Amino acid sequence: MNEIDQSGAKDVALDVRDLAVHIGGLVALGGISFKVPFGAIVSLIGPNGAGKTTAFNVITGFMKATDGQVFFRGRDLARVAPERIAGLGLVRTFQRTSLFTACTVFENVLTALHLRGHTGLLGALLRLPATLREEAALHAEAQEILDFVGLAGRAGETAGNLAYGEQRLLGLAIALGAKPTLLLLDEPAAGLNPSETEGFKQLIRRERERGTTVLLVEHDMQMVMSISDEVFVLNQGRMIAAGSPAEVQRDPEVIRAYLGSGKRAAA
Amino acid sequence: MDQILQHGLNGVVLGGTYALLGIGLTLIFGIMRVVNFTHGELYAFGAYLAYLFVALLHLDFFLSIALAALAGFALGALIELLLLRPLRSNDIDTVMLVMIGAWIALQNGEQFVWGGVAKLVPSPFAQEPLVIGPVSVLPLRLFVLGATLVLLVGFYWLIDRTRLGMAMRATFQDRDTAALMGVDVRGIYTLTFALGSALAAIAGALLGPIFLVNPTMGNLVGLKAFAIVILGGLGNITGATIGGFVLALVEEFGAGYLSSEYRDAFGFLVIIAVLALRPQGLFALKGRVG
Amino acid sequence: MSARLGGLLFLALAATLPLWLREPYFLAILTSTSIFIIAAISLNLLLGFTGQLNLGQAAFFGIGAYTSALLSLGFEVDIGLPSPVVVDPKPVWIAFVGAVLVSGLFGGLIGKLAFRVRGAYFVIVTISFAEVMRMVALNWVDLTEGPMALNNIPPLSVWWPGAGVTALVTKAHQDWLVLAVGAVCYFLVARMVRSRMGRALIALRENEPLARSVGVRVTHYLVVATVVSAAIAGAAGALYAHCVRIVDPDVFLFIYTVTMVIMVVSGGKGTLAGPVVGGLIFGLMPQALRGTAPPEVQWIIYGVGIILIVFFLPRGIVPAVADLARLRLPRPRSRTAKVAP
Repeated sequence: MNEIDQSGAKDVALDVRDLAVHIGGLVALGGISFKVPFGAIVSLIGPNGAGKTTAFNVITGFMKATDGQVFFRGRDLARVAPERIAGLGLVRTFQRTSLFTACTVFENVLTALHLRGHTGLLGALLRLPATLREEAALHAEAQEILDFVGLAGRAGETAGNLAYGEQRLLGLAIALGAKPTLLLLDEPAAGLNPSETEGFKQLIRRERERGTTVLLVEHDMQMVMSISDEVFVLNQGRMIAAGSPAEVQRDPEVIRAYLGSGKRAAA
Repeated sequence: MDQILQHGLNGVVLGGTYALLGIGLTLIFGIMRVVNFTHGELYAFGAYLAYLFVALLHLDFFLSIALAALAGFALGALIELLLLRPLRSNDIDTVMLVMIGAWIALQNGEQFVWGGVAKLVPSPFAQEPLVIGPVSVLPLRLFVLGATLVLLVGFYWLIDRTRLGMAMRATFQDRDTAALMGVDVRGIYTLTFALGSALAAIAGALLGPIFLVNPTMGNLVGLKAFAIVILGGLGNITGATIGGFVLALVEEFGAGYLSSEYRDAFGFLVIIAVLALRPQGLFALKGRVG
Repeated sequence: MSARLGGLLFLALAATLPLWLREPYFLAILTSTSIFIIAAISLNLLLGFTGQLNLGQAAFFGIGAYTSALLSLGFEVDIGLPSPVVVDPKPVWIAFVGAVLVSGLFGGLIGKLAFRVRGAYFVIVTISFAEVMRMVALNWVDLTEGPMALNNIPPLSVWWPGAGVTALVTKAHQDWLVLAVGAVCYFLVARMVRSRMGRALIALRENEPLARSVGVRVTHYLVVATVVSAAIAGAAGALYAHCVRIVDPDVFLFIYTVTMVIMVVSGGKGTLAGPVVGGLIFGLMPQALRGTAPPEVQWIIYGVGIILIVFFLPRGIVPAVADLARLRLPRPRSRTAKVAP
């Protein structure tokens, strides 16, 4: 079922091999390969339609791959359901803000801490001391996460009422609630103003300091180049460049891909 | 052998009307994504109108059936315009609840107007069965078979060969693109619902003389229509057609050889079995009208 | 806190009703309304809190009714084994427990089956299940007496210290027991939704992909919710069997599920008080309308009522009233715990 891949290096968090996705007649991903080392911040960039979110969807189990393999910490993720992948420590955010809109901010994060609890039906009905202790611990952890992302002041607000930037922060807080080893951020800075983007950058750096590996998809070049250890560039479903931010920026194919689609690679 | 042929013939006759029912529902399901709980009621509506026109107003039998279809069309359009169109943006649960409310109101309306006693729709055909080789069939049933075949052909022609059919197919495939290409999507929705309802009404009018007409006849029939749609795959007209015949044959042979009391249960067992084993229906060609 | 107080007051008030509502007729209405409220609470768990439109809930109600009735009457049925299955009449409380367990079991089976498909397909499977149960009850005459119904079902009984097992003969006593069971069910559901499990269910209702992305196992929780929902519905059915003391295949009718749906939706799905409020309205309204209009008209009003509520009060009565209250009264603090100082 989920075999441990012996050939992969032990310091690789994510190992993607020849991943391909065909939808209808379209090649969304044409066989891409890359590795994400533990503790790194890696970015996946490319023009619109390059296949970045498709890659995310397949890696996190929301979509099936037509070909290729994904290994997380040595485990093959084929046919594993998204909720189990999250349980293994691979957690994602969503490109379009995804929240539990009718719940409060605090409840959102508390819900996201699902994997940190064990109480089932019996515990819920009986409210044993162990259950109460667990609830208190979860509440404390939720508070910590809200403090970390800076939303503590909005804890009682309904998620749907938050400003856009705050909602993106909440999306991050929710992902953090699942205690990721590898955090996949899908365009975290989308729609944020420069100061909000800077705030997000700081959060990502601090999260890495806590030991989390980060893989992000982004359009904001300034952000990508300033925080990434490594950058992979996709275009039309294929990987066209890989390397340090500086190397990638100079790559003529990358420049062509972006100029060709009307985007400008920021300095 | 004769038994088998007889059951087969009965199944085919019934299957034609089941196919009409199924097509109407799958059309609505496929194009509008609406769980149409009123479908069975439109069937009953058609049957009651046939009764009204033929037994009470003494109109011509064939004219009555046509009128019943038209009335079904009108009622369907009314339901769509009043109840569904204002709800357009809401989720599937809300739509289902509204349809359930309409179902209850319609069925009890019918009960209120006509009372609970079953009615018989007289038909102009002779009462003795025709004997064709090893099988016998009532002329009425033969007529029903013929009528449904004509309607099925006509319907396929509508979907495949007319601009209207093309617009419907476009809306089914991708409603936003269809809208961009100038299709009046809201109009198509109303038309689809009306057309599906008309098909249900015709089925009711045709079967009215064969089975008795009572206010709860729509319930069972409505659920069978769902069984057919699931069998054939959502939105798949060919699947619904075949599914209609398959269900009718299963009922006929099941009732004949297994248990006639559980005849109506076969439809539900089919639903449960198909959804358990092959949720996309027997025909995996998803996403196509016609 | 004030909500809890209100709830206790309401319960106390309801408990005193049998004392001054002496007419058995009114008491019977009270009891049957309470039973329906319990059924509505069960449906609300699935429909309101988990977001699944189970339109076959009457199946679990009916299974509970038949199981309890059969266990308390005793039965003998031939299912193809060398000798027929014989069950002696059991005390009512054992029959009740049996009914709850069997309903829960069916809930688990149907849950596992039905949740392989979602959305509209799920609705249809649940409706079909109820219809199949009705036909089985109608046709398996050896076991269920078919349309002739199971009669002379023993009345509810309790075990009192000192008196042992006593049958509850008066309507008032029956009503109290029903109220007690109802309060327990309400309490259980409240505990459930205010826990980690409840958060998972609500998460599935609000945003399923997001819930999965934080590790909520969808099928597991849907099935658990269905089991509990079915068990509570089965309890309501068992109470019904021993209060009305006749059970026929009509308990499986879709119209009963619809009644539960109206109660939940109009009261406010996803709220704890919703099914109670909705249950009171739609449990008592037929009695108020009785005599002034034939039953068909009542149902037409129900049908139109659902439509109107969906259009004008989409969240139901309880949230609408709560919103009004929020506008009038100052809100001292937010709904959940700690806000950073």
